[in-house]
Amino acid sequence: MKAPFSCRGLTVGYGGRPALSDVTWDATPGLTAILGPNGAGKSTLLKAALRLIPAEAGEVRFFGEALEAARPRIAYLPQRASVDWDFPASALDIVAMARLPRMRWWGSVPRREREAARAALASVGLEDFADRQIGRLSGGQQQRVFLARALAQEADLFLMDEPLAAVDAVTEQTILAVLHGLAREGKSVLMVHHDLSLITAHFDEVLILAGRVVAAGPVREAFTEASIATAFGGLPGRAPVEAPA
Amino acid sequence: MMDFLRLDLPALLAAIMAGGTCGLLGSFLVLRRESLLGDALSHSILPGIVVGFALTGLRSAWPMLLGALVAALLATLAIGWVRRAARLETGAATGLVFTGFFALGLVLLEVTGARNADIDVDCVLFGQLETLVWLEATGLASLFDTAALAGLPRQLGLLAAVALVAGLVVALCWRPLQLIAFDPDFAASLGMRVGRWEMGLNLLIAGAAVAAFEAVGSILVVAMLICPAVALRLITDRYRVQVLGAAALGAALGAAGVLLAGPLPAAMGLNLSLNAAGLIGTLAGLVVAGSLTVRTNRAAAA
Amino acid sequence: MIGHNTLVVLLGCAALGAASGIVGCFALLRGRALLADAIGHAALPGVVAASLIMAALGGPARSLAPLLLGAALSAWLGLLALRALTASGRIRQDAGIGVVLSAFYALGTVGLSVAQTLPGAAQAGLSHFILGQAATMTENDALLAGGLALACLAVIAALFQPLRALCFDEAFARSQGVPVRALDLVLLGLLLAVCVAGLPAVGLLLVVALLIVPAAAARLVTQGLPAMLAVAGSLGAAAGATGALVSVRFAQIPTGAAVVLAGLCGFGAAVAISRRAAR
Repeated sequence: MKAPFSCRGLTVGYGGRPALSDVTWDATPGLTAILGPNGAGKSTLLKAALRLIPAEAGEVRFFGEALEAARPRIAYLPQRASVDWDFPASALDIVAMARLPRMRWWGSVPRREREAARAALASVGLEDFADRQIGRLSGGQQQRVFLARALAQEADLFLMDEPLAAVDAVTEQTILAVLHGLAREGKSVLMVHHDLSLITAHFDEVLILAGRVVAAGPVREAFTEASIATAFGGLPGRAPVEAPA
Repeated sequence: MMDFLRLDLPALLAAIMAGGTCGLLGSFLVLRRESLLGDALSHSILPGIVVGFALTGLRSAWPMLLGALVAALLATLAIGWVRRAARLETGAATGLVFTGFFALGLVLLEVTGARNADIDVDCVLFGQLETLVWLEATGLASLFDTAALAGLPRQLGLLAAVALVAGLVVALCWRPLQLIAFDPDFAASLGMRVGRWEMGLNLLIAGAAVAAFEAVGSILVVAMLICPAVALRLITDRYRVQVLGAAALGAALGAAGVLLAGPLPAAMGLNLSLNAAGLIGTLAGLVVAGSLTVRTNRAAAA
Repeated sequence: MIGHNTLVVLLGCAALGAASGIVGCFALLRGRALLADAIGHAALPGVVAASLIMAALGGPARSLAPLLLGAALSAWLGLLALRALTASGRIRQDAGIGVVLSAFYALGTVGLSVAQTLPGAAQAGLSHFILGQAATMTENDALLAGGLALACLAVIAALFQPLRALCFDEAFARSQGVPVRALDLVLLGLLLAVCVAGLPAVGLLLVVALLIVPAAAARLVTQGLPAMLAVAGSLGAAAGATGALVSVRFAQIPTGAAVVLAGLCGFGAAVAISRRAAR
């Protein structure tokens, strides 16, 4: 079975301090957390893989195929702060955007796509908020709208950038439940996580970055005090929130 | 009636088309948080317009349009280059490039002065709506007389063409434009070539700026691009209302400015007419102020 | 050769350029350089109104001081309008600047169309404020504008340390007791003053370039703030003087355009120098 995400020698950024250097790594199905300090290249990895930013060297393949061929199977969830939530659109409008490859560019949204969008919103608990303008949602609700949009793509691989950052407890539970559901269906989730909490309880694998691969593998093996210390520079006050295995 | 057809109708049509087209496209600038680009494109096209005229000596619109599009393209590239080469943030780099292009355009305008019978500095600064006349009109029947219609100012032809193209593009690409405005990274992840879409939109805006420039000059194009969109942005949360409302408001402001420029002073007993383009811009500013007041009152009442 | 009047005008423009370059450094570092665009355009209705009022009061038609005062007042109103727009939370600063600069400018052109029908020589000179015309500046004009520019420099010299702290590390400055908000207002005031002073020579449309170009060039080729100010001031002065000279010699070329293009030559040189140094 081909790895859902596989990179070889990925290098991003010029000069002496590239954002990522020579990253070689294969993901496995299930939930993988991508960890590291600020500036470690976590978001960069996702963006370079999707060719949102250029890479200096290296190659990334999805399910054994190049990006263009594999696109229909990939869903991307950017950081919440990357968009203007004041935009005039309802939650349903945003989720429906995921269905764009299946629709005409004009006219009203076909009923089937609208229903698919509603179903995605329901799966994150926002079915009553479909017509609310996104600026009137809380941060956690906005994050769930983004997740619903990714779900509406019906993908096999989900690349998520800090979906649990600054969300309320209900949102956190909902998102984690959805992720576990995806894992049970055999999908793959690569999630950039903003801190070190929840790893042992919820994730199968970790990839720890600090401009390069520090550690990778099952949580039990790779998520250790030693690897964290290496990645985060061994600063005394930076003990993880929960004790690693 | 004949006076209206001969002297007022062309300016009215020009203002309505310019206002409507710029209002329509301006929403995308404001939604993409790129209003500065509207300012930049309107100023940067000047050297292209002048060169287009000067090189061909033609009175037709097409060399001017082509020159403007080339200038817009060069300006966009220049902004990117300045950002990298001078490590300057986008706002300062944009300001540097568009004032430089505009200054170059002014110098070229003077240097090639003899050839530019149709545009001069006053046109650039204040527009020339008042000079659009249709002397071939002899009555309502002229509206259906192709020979008379051929005498309409050529600016109307370009404005109509750009209005049509802009309307078609927005209608046919309704959803992709919305997505690119909201979340270009997600759009790219779906496989859309966002860079090309953005370049296409910018060129369309440059085209609208050229068409409108001949009517209202360089500075007031900015008013028509930005003000209707801002006015709608302040009071609506619905995308369709935003985009179509700004277009309608732009057209209405154009009409109002032209209609009030003559009759208003006459009603006040003054024997002069106000600069129509300036009046459009002033009304646009007042509408934004009104919009802001409505929004503030809504917030206070809530 | 250069007559006495021309010499004074040249020196005045050089002083303007130097002050714009220096104030522009702080504006650039604080990310406020584009406000000069709004200030410039928003000044037009004030200039026109002041001219109409002076004419109505029977005052001297060519007197610069009331026109600059009018310019400053309407530009200040423009800044207030900008603040009201951005305070809505819906409109970003660049959109606000676009609205203010175009609407105020439009109001100014309406005023001009009124002024042009009135007898008196005042309105003939008003259009020169849009693109600048060094050739029509009198000695007194140059002295006023130049003096205003030098006053700005004096303020900067007096407040140099806190301004420097403000630009490089706002949090640190705050912790050291620097009154950040008051200083920002002072900077805004300086920006206003230097733009208004530049109107007769460079014109309101292009004065923003004089605030960005020398500062951007200086930042490329210098390390510390004092060096940056020195280079920006020199480049600004050179651009101002060159532009004025060109415009006096070729009266049909607007001074503003000549100054901007001269400044951009300096900018190009700075880019070339910094690239050579990087190799």
